[in-house]
Amino acid sequence: MNPEFIRTLQDLLPQIQGFIYPNEIEIHWGLLIVVYPYITGVVAGAFILASLVKVFNVREVQPLYRLSLLTALAYLLVAPMALVAHLGHPERFYEILLTPQTSSAMAMFGFVYAWYLMAVLLLEIWFVHRTDMIAWAEQEKGVMRFIHRTLALYSRDTGDRSVTFDHKALKVITIVGIPSAFLLHGYVGFIFGSIKANPWWSSVLIPIVFLFSAIVSGIALVILLYMVLTPLTGGKISMRCVDKAVDFLFYAVIVDFSLELVDFIHRVYQSEEEIKILSEMVMNKLFGSLVIIQVLLGMLVPLLLISLTKIFRKRFGLNEDLRKMVYFIAVILIQMGIFATRWNVVIGGQMFSKSFRGLTTYKMEFAGIEGLLFAIVLLALPIVILAVLTKILPPWKEMHGEGVSEGAEAAKA
Amino acid sequence: MNGRRTFLRGFLSVLLSGGAIGGILKIVPSKADAREAPPKGQKWYGFGVSVDKCIGCARCMDACKNENNVPREPFFFRTWVERYITRKNGTTVVKTIEPNLEPSPEIASDKSILRSFFVPKLCNQCASPPCVQVCPVGATFQTKDGVVLVNEKTCIGCRYCIQACPYGARYLHPVSRTADKCTFCYHRISQGLLPACVEVCPTQARIFGDLNAAASPMSRFLRMNKIHVLKPGLNTEPKVYYANLDGEVR
Repeated sequence: MNPEFIRTLQDLLPQIQGFIYPNEIEIHWGLLIVVYPYITGVVAGAFILASLVKVFNVREVQPLYRLSLLTALAYLLVAPMALVAHLGHPERFYEILLTPQTSSAMAMFGFVYAWYLMAVLLLEIWFVHRTDMIAWAEQEKGVMRFIHRTLALYSRDTGDRSVTFDHKALKVITIVGIPSAFLLHGYVGFIFGSIKANPWWSSVLIPIVFLFSAIVSGIALVILLYMVLTPLTGGKISMRCVDKAVDFLFYAVIVDFSLELVDFIHRVYQSEEEIKILSEMVMNKLFGSLVIIQVLLGMLVPLLLISLTKIFRKRFGLNEDLRKMVYFIAVILIQMGIFATRWNVVIGGQMFSKSFRGLTTYKMEFAGIEGLLFAIVLLALPIVILAVLTKILPPWKEMHGEGVSEGAEAAKA
Repeated sequence: MNGRRTFLRGFLSVLLSGGAIGGILKIVPSKADAREAPPKGQKWYGFGVSVDKCIGCARCMDACKNENNVPREPFFFRTWVERYITRKNGTTVVKTIEPNLEPSPEIASDKSILRSFFVPKLCNQCASPPCVQVCPVGATFQTKDGVVLVNEKTCIGCRYCIQACPYGARYLHPVSRTADKCTFCYHRISQGLLPACVEVCPTQARIFGDLNAAASPMSRFLRMNKIHVLKPGLNTEPKVYYANLDGEVR
């Protein structure tokens, strides 16, 4: 047995308020499980943003299309790492794929994940880049030529019929992809929402709240990446694109906020037996992360900031830099707020005793597999993967607004 | 020709949609896996607790830790005893019994105390166990005689079952890194012995037996007492029955 672990638990003893069941002192789902829904949320949200272009024909956000697809892929690759790392027996993770129990929401993860990765994201990315990869391979030498050839699966056909087929396939994949993205994150919400033993989680609204907070975090992150990466790669930020994306972000935040407000009002109005302990938890343990960071800084302040740019349109319309700055601050605050949302759901749900008589505390480790350091690595890893992906499938031309199908035309010529 | 094609298409879609609905029903078997009524002639184990008989001596806790290799540290319990003290002003203070717990206040001399009692707790071996429902790999399962067990060879330690248990009966064993909980001392009861905690209880506050047997001490306990279970609203159908349970207990 790990004596250090026992000492950690002993340190927690004096911090217990009221009565908890003796087995409840350890918070079982820690920081890694906070990171997991945050990351899958970004995946789902980024994909929804991409589908705005393809399905809903929102031409203004075209510069974000490829970037959001690559972002979704980069984050999706990291999502299972957080899950596997937190297991008591990480080496047995394959059991969940080989002998899944169909009644378990968690067991379905492998299938939802595989479906989303193989049938939606990889396919869509492949069809988007196929003609480009052929064109790039023509002009390149050495390793990159080999990589692009292989990734294009040695297809060379850039004729009209094949390009038309690409477009058709893309349309179908995106249409299938939207419900799949909803499924991916809605189901993550269901993992929590279906636990009847835990009144903080057990709510029909949780999958929907998860979904909208996912859309919020995904769109906000892609806007942030676009605003940082475009100047770095020598392009000019298209304010038309950012304005439109921020519009969608604005509506998504409003829906997300309303849903959470409804949930809150519903709980307070019904005032069931757990209401006392839950309000005690919110006021004592989660005040900073829930009231201040999630609601105030993560939702209300960004909403106010974006509203200001809309109300004082004349003033902000003339000054692009001012607008950029406001957007920049807003998306960072939103990102922080969504992370706090995940924290409050996951950690908050384990801080109160199921006897409804007391509260325990979460003590974050620094080092170690469930510690802060590893969580930061997991949060940074998608950015690294994204950097590699943009080397192989550069989205810069599209981000700089230099026409989308140039690659295809070059190949034709 | 056209008619046949339309017919085939319709037939196929009905077949497929039926398959889809059937598949979904298969995925959502909240009750399908649980045993509704115990089959006659088969053992169906239950547990009785006489709240009024418990004196809070904690021998059961000690016996359980010895019998089942439960870590000695006070964070891992297959069974434990709670002490309730309700005062006249309506407040209730609950504590888990432990060897060095400060002695109970003299009820006779402390006039502010309304009532005080002990409540033994253990896994409720629910007939509709939420822990079994959520286990992603089927490592937690219900035996034919109604005991919920954990296979520590296949448990991946995801702790979903710990989250799903409304009674706090589960913990992650710090050595095996798998979920652990009360088994009704399955290794003992399958040999005709009593669970360790029942064996050592000096006041017979704990009763164990087959719910299907008309003459077992368990059936007698259910006949002779007013019975309640913990958190009945969650529909887990516990098989640990309490006699004279106070409304303060959750």
